[in-house]
Amino acid sequence: MRYLWVFFGRNYFFFMFLLFEGISVWLIVDTNDYQGISTFNSTNEVVGSVIDAVSGVEEYFILKKINQDLAEENNMLMNKTRQSYLVNDTASYFINDSIYRLQYKFVSAKVISNSTQKRNNYLKLNKGKLNGITKDMGVISPKGIVGQVIEVTDHFSSVMSVLNKNSRISVKHKKSDQLGTLHWEGIDYTHGTVIDIPTHSKVKVGDTIITSGFSHMFPEGLTVGTIDDVEIRNGEHFYTLSLRFTEDYNKLTYVNIIVNLLKYELDSLDKAIIKEKN
Amino acid sequence: MILLNIFRLILLVFIQVFILNKIYLGGYVNPYLYVLFILVMPFNTPKWVLLPASFICGLIIDMFSNTLGMNTAACTFIGFIRPVILQSVMSNREFSPGDEPGIGSMSPRWFFIYAAIMVVIHHMMLFYIEVFRFSEFFITFSRALISSAATLILIAVSQFLFFRIERRL
Repeated sequence: MRYLWVFFGRNYFFFMFLLFEGISVWLIVDTNDYQGISTFNSTNEVVGSVIDAVSGVEEYFILKKINQDLAEENNMLMNKTRQSYLVNDTASYFINDSIYRLQYKFVSAKVISNSTQKRNNYLKLNKGKLNGITKDMGVISPKGIVGQVIEVTDHFSSVMSVLNKNSRISVKHKKSDQLGTLHWEGIDYTHGTVIDIPTHSKVKVGDTIITSGFSHMFPEGLTVGTIDDVEIRNGEHFYTLSLRFTEDYNKLTYVNIIVNLLKYELDSLDKAIIKEKN
Repeated sequence: MILLNIFRLILLVFIQVFILNKIYLGGYVNPYLYVLFILVMPFNTPKWVLLPASFICGLIIDMFSNTLGMNTAACTFIGFIRPVILQSVMSNREFSPGDEPGIGSMSPRWFFIYAAIMVVIHHMMLFYIEVFRFSEFFITFSRALISSAATLILIAVSQFLFFRIERRL
């Protein structure tokens, strides 16, 4: 027994190394699964408030750009109001408003940290549980889609960006309505890749890709980007499309979190399907 | 001495998290200047301080950049191999307690060989852990190498900057 202790004493540096390396590997395996970013991470209130303070300073440098974006968005919304439509058919029947039911609600949030140059990018927003945010909500910006909420604390939330290895978003080709999947192959934050659109549909450079609305996270029809390059890889029956994002992810400042008011209803259907399969 | 090192850690973390992580340089380059903290801890740092210090340094960076465990693993590893590499690149000169590795105490040439070995190992580990798949092997390899070069340039700049100041005093 004594020799064992002497052995440990002599090689304590190596065993200490094994201990610390073991802890870090455990951290990687246990927490980088994008489900479980928890206590230690920067959604942590202390770290979050430091980041929040610094981003408050940074905000002053981009006020001009924010103003411009807000003006553009205002313009867009003005174009959608009743007043800007010409009513040319007064004889048509009256539509009862109760036919429409509000499904999506938007919560505005400020981006307090963002990255675009890593293989897996995440954002942090200054809205959390107290603002009604929960996991798996979609996040959009005025010009495109941003990602999906993966963790919330009382005042902050973590978002897995579209620019992430694990991000898969259901999209469709606007002209042909063909479904595809958007993912990101790394390196260039201005371009993503759309796969799974069958080759019998006609796809051209310049066509628009929009969200499909099938994931319950994003409403249907939000613009994601335009096609930059069309490619059919050897022996495949699906296109591999290079997509230019309409949003510049390096300049994100304010985003909207989408609250799907009918999500529980839709999820309970999904659960029924899974039960059926088993 | 300890205070100076703690101050340096805070400064480097601040630079890393709020400046270097935010500059976009073509998707390939992301310098990690904070490893300088591990590189220039004094020669006579006891081994049982060296490892926890490296571990904590990596952990702080991880907490700020949502990559829990990745920087920690890479930092702990270079903390572990630091004594071996220092011994192999150092001449047999004696150092007074509190001396730090640097272009003043070692020759510039040996310091940069030492820094290059440590930085390349750190970056290789970090980038491969982050990607965690072999299909992007060569892209990751070139990203790690180019980023290492960027980190080394920043280390050189900081070394020459502070070496001047020390001599003037």
